[in-house]
Amino acid sequence: MVNEASRGSAPVVGSSIPSAGRHWGRTFWQRAAPVVYGLIAGGVLLLVMGKNPIAFYWTTLESGLLTWSGLMQTIIRLAPLLLMSAGFIVAFQAGLWNIGGDGQFLLAAAVVAGLGAPALGVMPFWLVLPLLCVVGFLVGGAWTVVPSLMKAYYGMNEIITTLMMAFIGINLANILIKGPFLSHVTLVPQTDVIPWVYLLPFIPGTHIHVGIVIALVALVLVHFMQTRTSYGLRLRILGASPRAALHAGISVKRDIVTAFALSGGLIGLAAAVEVLGVWGYVRADWNPAFGMTLFAIVFLAGLDVLVVIPFVFFFAVIQIGGHEAARQAGLPNDFLLLLIGLILFFMVLTEWARTRGWLARLRGRHAGSMAAAAEEAAGDG
Amino acid sequence: MGSAFSSGSGSPDAVVLELRGITKVFPGVRANDHVDLLVRRGEVHCLLGENGAGKSTLMNVLAGIYMPDEGSIRIDGREVSISCPRDAIDLGVGMVHQHSSLIPDFTVLENLMLGRGEGWRLSTGRAQDGLKRLTTTLGVAVDPGAETGQLSLGQQQQVEIIKALWQGSRILILDEPTSMLTPKGIEDLERVLRQLKQQGLAVIFITHKLREAFAIGDRVSVLRQGRLQGTIDRETMKAASATEMQRLVVELMFPGEAETLAHVAELSDLSELGGGGRAATAGEPLLELHEVVVAGQRGEIGIVEAISLTIHAGEVLGVAGVDGNGQRPLAEAIVGQRPLAGGDVRLAGTSLRRLGIGARQRRGLRYVTDDRLGEGIVGSMSVALNLVSKRIGTAPFWVHGRTRPEVIAAHAEELVREYSVATPSIHTPAGSLSGGNIQKVIVARELSLDPKVVVFNKPTYGLDVKTTAAVRARIRGLVDGGAAGALLISTDLEELLALSDRVAVLSRGRLMGIVRNGPGAEQEIGALMIGGEHGE
Repeated sequence: MVNEASRGSAPVVGSSIPSAGRHWGRTFWQRAAPVVYGLIAGGVLLLVMGKNPIAFYWTTLESGLLTWSGLMQTIIRLAPLLLMSAGFIVAFQAGLWNIGGDGQFLLAAAVVAGLGAPALGVMPFWLVLPLLCVVGFLVGGAWTVVPSLMKAYYGMNEIITTLMMAFIGINLANILIKGPFLSHVTLVPQTDVIPWVYLLPFIPGTHIHVGIVIALVALVLVHFMQTRTSYGLRLRILGASPRAALHAGISVKRDIVTAFALSGGLIGLAAAVEVLGVWGYVRADWNPAFGMTLFAIVFLAGLDVLVVIPFVFFFAVIQIGGHEAARQAGLPNDFLLLLIGLILFFMVLTEWARTRGWLARLRGRHAGSMAAAAEEAAGDG
Repeated sequence: MGSAFSSGSGSPDAVVLELRGITKVFPGVRANDHVDLLVRRGEVHCLLGENGAGKSTLMNVLAGIYMPDEGSIRIDGREVSISCPRDAIDLGVGMVHQHSSLIPDFTVLENLMLGRGEGWRLSTGRAQDGLKRLTTTLGVAVDPGAETGQLSLGQQQQVEIIKALWQGSRILILDEPTSMLTPKGIEDLERVLRQLKQQGLAVIFITHKLREAFAIGDRVSVLRQGRLQGTIDRETMKAASATEMQRLVVELMFPGEAETLAHVAELSDLSELGGGGRAATAGEPLLELHEVVVAGQRGEIGIVEAISLTIHAGEVLGVAGVDGNGQRPLAEAIVGQRPLAGGDVRLAGTSLRRLGIGARQRRGLRYVTDDRLGEGIVGSMSVALNLVSKRIGTAPFWVHGRTRPEVIAAHAEELVREYSVATPSIHTPAGSLSGGNIQKVIVARELSLDPKVVVFNKPTYGLDVKTTAAVRARIRGLVDGGAAGALLISTDLEELLALSDRVAVLSRGRLMGIVRNGPGAEQEIGALMIGGEHGE
């Protein structure tokens, strides 16, 4: 008998050794479909509200992608989003629900920003930047240790614990900013500003800081780890079946803790890149809340760190360009969230249609006759 | 007596159920392809076929779990549509699944009253009367107040049958009903089936065991690759001798292969495979269990109590016992998946207490698990990766943590060929293979790379005849070299007698005794099993 579940989702996890990339194009378009539906539905909503959807989308595209400055803004935004996505993917693929990404992000951001200016006083700036990136990584990673130990040793549900740690992390970040890291120069509570010249350098010829390079390198490394190393395979087995992992003699506890730390670390690195590339400081109560939207996006991308790039890029275009489009159309920024929500809704719907609905039955009938010969060879008789 | 059942009207052999052209297609597979089936009153109709032949799919169509893509179902000559399990129950189709669907914390009576027709107010008295009527008709003794979880598996099955009758079933489907039973449990079941036939019920009995089909069935239908190969009717079954019958069925199950299958274990003399107490020349002790105690997962003590066993090189030590008597905890404790609460396990003289699962595996202690899909393989991963999943990070498949796909692929190609795993490719997700081929993948993984002691837990459970024979030959082949030993945990007495040198009998976590295989061993083992069994 054929295991239907594994058949349907096999390309997602990259089941064979050469793995991901083979069906890249096909899966990309399958996954892009809900985005298109979402945009159409959003267009209908715009029409109902008396706005011109074509103008809205055009402005989004224009100011997020088609102008040089818009494109640069989009790419700059891409850096933390990609790193954070990679962080989520590392955990999710291992079957670990790191829901507390925003807490890891903000705490790392606060520490990086808080230590930045003082560090510049005691060491050369070329050492400060890499060091602060490492600090961001470590802080983000450290913030997962309590949930991961509780998960590994007591089987405690990490969804709850990471969420709780996120609340604590977000508030701890504010306490740090309003306490030890408080700048005495500004009126609003924030950290000292790292001078603009000491921030991450630009890619020559652009105003895009090198964060995007860091992000892409990190993504490639994660992809390599997942597809070409024993550690990556262990995490995939852990994600696919914790019982099979135990049965195979994998040190499940150790891998839970390290995968969680790597996930948090990448998210902390995202924060360091955003602070050191764009802001130079962190203001109290600042929370871009990238995490919640990225959850959906990484699933849309089938938890594949390479497939996720175009999706995050698209999301960044909507964030950057949509901001301008909403302003011009006289709509609140919330409309962008609505658009994202619609896309997610269609994502669920198309997934349902693909696996259970009439679409699947239609396809199954077609595939059935095609694959019949192959199945006999597979000994399914 | 017939009043206990709503057995319908018509002549004694009236056709109660008629399936015509049932076709059910899943993405990529034709699970049922124009299957016709006639079932008459008062007969046991055996549905025989290998794993994946489409038996369960067909019955799930009948039970309202799947909708057929084509074909019609007639009950008592009237065309019906069964679109959900409720419809099936209303039409008098009752299904007894392989695994109990009773609620273990409820009593027998409570489980029955969960059925239907009780209305808002439950009446214990009325239910008790009903139960009594059914138990006397069937000739079984069931305590209405016993929690079903405390009953033996045979008794649970009786309760399941009673529950199906309670719901007014006239057509009873039993899915592989003997797979969990002791020899005595099977006898009891056969008696119950005779009673059911007398009452005019129709029974569909699903099995992949030829002997069972001959012994129990009035009529045998053979399914193969989703198609009905043929039905042997009552007259032929009466007239034909046992060997003729076997030829007939084997010809239907494996067209054109009957000759080559003459040696298959179940069809020929089982002692051929070896075993049979030639342990006079038993080798070195390889694996020693010393007073092994295993605690339950929720802290209950003594699910395995003070078991001491020794497995020698060149020996298969069988472990007999009804399922759920501590076999799995024992196996898991040996291989390191469960902590020892006491005692020691030594492999070739070295204590394993401090070694993890992986270290034990690399030292040659292997485990062919009975939970093949749950832990044995990762269904979404390729056959190739599943073949090395217990070697992750070790040379030659990984060097400094880097995967070497060519080495893994070469290793997989070799094992797939050696163990004749039928798979389109080594990159196929293991979960999409048939049950028999999944087991071949697991056996290949455990027996490759220098095994010393292999723990087999129900290694042929649910497998078809051919794969069963292949796996059994591997077990014997492993130890016959004299370098390795095997612990064979099985609920199939026939298998234990065919393969083991000695058989240990386990009951409720205790070792009841060890029997040297040979003439009379079956009776001795049976006596030890019954002596320890609870409730039967």
